[in-house]
Amino acid sequence: MRWIATAPLAALLVLLPSFAGDFYINLASQILIAAIFALSLNLLVGYGGMTSLGHASYLGVAAYISALLTSRCGFGHGPAAIVSIGGTTAMAAFFGVIALRATGLGFLMITLALSQVLWGLAYRMSGVTNGDNGIAGLSRPMPFGISLDSAASFYWFALMVALFAYLMMAIFVSSSFGSSLKGVRDQPRRMAALGFNPWMIRWISFIYAGFWGGVSGLLYVYYNKYIHPTSLSVAGSAEALLGVIAGGSGTLGGPVVGAALVLLLKNYASAYIERWNMLLGLVFLFIVLVMPTGIVPGMSRLATALRRGSR
Amino acid sequence: MTPLTSDYALEVVNLKKAFGGLTVTHNVSLAIRPGERRLIIGPNGAGKTTLFNQISGDMRPNAGAIRLFGTDITQFTPYKRAHFGLSRTYQIITLFTGDTLEHNVTLGLLGLRPSRWQMWRSLSYYGDLATEARRTLDAVGLLHLAEHPVSDIAYGEKRRVELAVALAQKPRLLLLDEPLAGLSDTERSQVKSLIASIPRQTTVIMIEHDMDTALDLAETVTLLNYGRVIVDGDRDAVIADQRTREVYLGP
Repeated sequence: MRWIATAPLAALLVLLPSFAGDFYINLASQILIAAIFALSLNLLVGYGGMTSLGHASYLGVAAYISALLTSRCGFGHGPAAIVSIGGTTAMAAFFGVIALRATGLGFLMITLALSQVLWGLAYRMSGVTNGDNGIAGLSRPMPFGISLDSAASFYWFALMVALFAYLMMAIFVSSSFGSSLKGVRDQPRRMAALGFNPWMIRWISFIYAGFWGGVSGLLYVYYNKYIHPTSLSVAGSAEALLGVIAGGSGTLGGPVVGAALVLLLKNYASAYIERWNMLLGLVFLFIVLVMPTGIVPGMSRLATALRRGSR
Repeated sequence: MTPLTSDYALEVVNLKKAFGGLTVTHNVSLAIRPGERRLIIGPNGAGKTTLFNQISGDMRPNAGAIRLFGTDITQFTPYKRAHFGLSRTYQIITLFTGDTLEHNVTLGLLGLRPSRWQMWRSLSYYGDLATEARRTLDAVGLLHLAEHPVSDIAYGEKRRVELAVALAQKPRLLLLDEPLAGLSDTERSQVKSLIASIPRQTTVIMIEHDMDTALDLAETVTLLNYGRVIVDGDRDAVIADQRTREVYLGP
């Protein structure tokens, strides 16, 4: 049953460039990048109960490191990618030590503050980051000599990375460590009494989420070939958080659906209404009122109810 | 200070805990032998659960020492104490309500195993965990509900799951905080025989108000009042003591 539903979806994803125009292919690439980003945030928000409002830090820093190394320091894309992901992961380890001194609202405020520091630095350190002008004229990598400059080739590249990311995060949450993380989210005190180290479990998950945030940042800068301080802004973090909650936090499909929803709204609505954020807010409000746990859990509950009703 | 010895499963020495000006644990000393069944009684607010919280590490005492089988665990984190063979249950049921009974017990087993850090393998890969969890559920008479989420089962059954999660760890020292609270007569006798069947390798300390049931299980009794140990000793001696009648049992 599950395979019957998955097979056409997989075919659709792989064959998308053969029937869609460049605009839609590019939109799909952006959705894939946003989906990886939302999935990594969901590890914290949904599975760890750690609501972060600073996840853009990892996307932005990975993007900036790659941009600076390739454009200023003469690095090739391969080494730049390794340093970028490694550096972002190390930063997550450091930020985790600071942010995990608190839980709940305190945690949220610390992640927000840390990301605002980075955002401010990106604006003000114009000698390094080129400030508000951003860094333009970047190139895309050529893995195995294959150019990623066409919309279709980049889409396939992003699709492969996204599928790998999805798989890795799916394995992570269903592993025994994933069970430990969910346990610490639900009953931290009991988990400690049972022999689990709650802090260490949260910290490792924080670093893992930072790693995948970095991966999405790398794709982000490859796609745009440009990087600007807004990639580090609180709006980026908030949009992803909105996507995770709207799609269904603590599920694997939720963040993907949520990220797609936010991006589609952004792209379509902004063509008609200037204040597309307002529309996003209204849609979000509607989802939260109708399906408080998010679209994916809401829909599956609806499907179960219908199946039961038809019997 | 008494010298380091493992003659005792648990030694509590001059323990002190105060919240602001309110002293809730007042120079409490206890010595419990391996295999002993100790009942802790006292009126509400006597500091019984606070004492448990300090033994399990949820709270740090202001002064004093706690030794588990001769090792000073006063500065240990709660999870480190668990690896030292300490397990506890809670007065307010503390379970993973969205998860199945089997998963709840599995977490108890996983907590003491290195595989809890495993990130690349599904939890279901460890089939022995599930087998062991089901065996424990069978022992508390809940195997038929193994696949049900905790939120679906009755209160009395939850009390037994609470116990099963702790028992699955095969602890050397087990702290039971009001395991009979809110149970019906039938459930009471079920849990009573369950506690009576705990092997002697496990030392049991129990807080309980239901004297009819608890006294049958206990060998020794400690009476606390206003954070102090009032009477301490063999069950019958403590019950016969004048001070126990004054403070707790009534004339």
